[in-house]
Amino acid sequence: MKPAPFKYIAAESLAHALALKAEHGDEARFLAGGQSLVPTMNFRLAQPAVLIDINPLETLSSLSRVNGHALRIGALTRYRMLERDASIAETMPLIAEALPHIAHPQIRNRGTIGGNLSHADPASELPAIVVALEGRLRAQSARGERWIAASDFFQGPLTTALAVDEMLTDVELPVQPVRSGSCFMEVARRKGDFALLGIAVVVTVDEEGVCTRVRAALCGGGETPVDVSEAAAVLIGRKETAIADATEAVRQAIDPSGNMHADPEYQRHLAGVLAKRALATAMERARHG
Amino acid sequence: MDEDLHDLVVTVNGNSYARRVESRLLLSDFLRHELRLAGTHVGCEHGVCGACTVQLDGVPVRSCLLFAVQMNGKSITTVEGLAPAADRLHVLQEAMHAHHGLQCGYCTPGILMTMSAFLEDCPDPDEEQVREALSGNLCRCTGYQHIVDAVLTAAARLKETPV
Repeated sequence: MKPAPFKYIAAESLAHALALKAEHGDEARFLAGGQSLVPTMNFRLAQPAVLIDINPLETLSSLSRVNGHALRIGALTRYRMLERDASIAETMPLIAEALPHIAHPQIRNRGTIGGNLSHADPASELPAIVVALEGRLRAQSARGERWIAASDFFQGPLTTALAVDEMLTDVELPVQPVRSGSCFMEVARRKGDFALLGIAVVVTVDEEGVCTRVRAALCGGGETPVDVSEAAAVLIGRKETAIADATEAVRQAIDPSGNMHADPEYQRHLAGVLAKRALATAMERARHG
Repeated sequence: MDEDLHDLVVTVNGNSYARRVESRLLLSDFLRHELRLAGTHVGCEHGVCGACTVQLDGVPVRSCLLFAVQMNGKSITTVEGLAPAADRLHVLQEAMHAHHGLQCGYCTPGILMTMSAFLEDCPDPDEEQVREALSGNLCRCTGYQHIVDAVLTAAARLKETPV
């Protein structure tokens, strides 16, 4: 239960961190909050030769509005900062609703948004939320930068589209239009545990309460966050009476792999139950939003 | 690999310490073995049990998920620094004593460091908030009820006479 030896380097600037990663490649890992990386190092499941500590890079810890239509979150922003920012509940209610489900207070005090997304645990809440919100992620390297759509970012369990020399530095989430409502729900064995299954939903309705847009993604339902928006689109052009149809479409669309505590059939059952409740809640909120 | 050594200066419970540490040394082990502050307990060593919780610049964190080398220039409070004086307990410690909030005591330092910070953040908590704040600390003896009672009592006492 002690990490293997490694070389520790505290990054002095983003450019320094990126140059180090370019130099050391696969041998090196960025150390952000460390709430996923350090446990795996303590178990020696991960034995990086070099740790590049990016915690000194305070510019990576930031929240800003981009042209009024998106929220940009710096990779080193800790969950704690989001929990304590009053504007999050207003601009990103989906995140505000999900935060209490993410681990425990001590973990949220240290864990970072960028670390979570780069770790890409398919049972984790944030990846599903970023997919549901159609966010985009900024990858920087010594070679330059690019933006990656959330739908392309998560490629497998603990696997992302990041190249070996790239760092996720920001995530940008579009602010939802008027008459939108969102909902996050999950079922876990205990509060703070990884979800057996969870769902993030965003719905937009017109003045008559007819659904014009729906986005939905599951956590814990596959090898990556599972985008079930296409199935839920049964709801578009219809009102809440169509939620049962949308729920059934979501149930049929997924192919959950099951895990130690929930077999695939149970996960499919949970997907139906959670989709029904979350879509109903999001539509109700959209009518008042 | 040669030992990767780093010099660090860290403040713990108001005292400044200068040490040379290997990069892989966990903060929990640094506190216990280097500084001989064994009040911080080590349970699971992978961030689940909460026994090793300390306050980093006032914020509760798992010391088993931090490296000592990261603490250069930081300020840490451990359970040894919680009581206001050598002959006086923190209000929460007194309440834990009065309510039998511990049996074996292994989880207690982590619970004290978590919940004392919580009470500063949330001076008038209800039972649900206390249980939520306590959710990252495992206790296998008490069933938590007496800890919850102690935290609520401490909150009431702090309201009467803030420390």
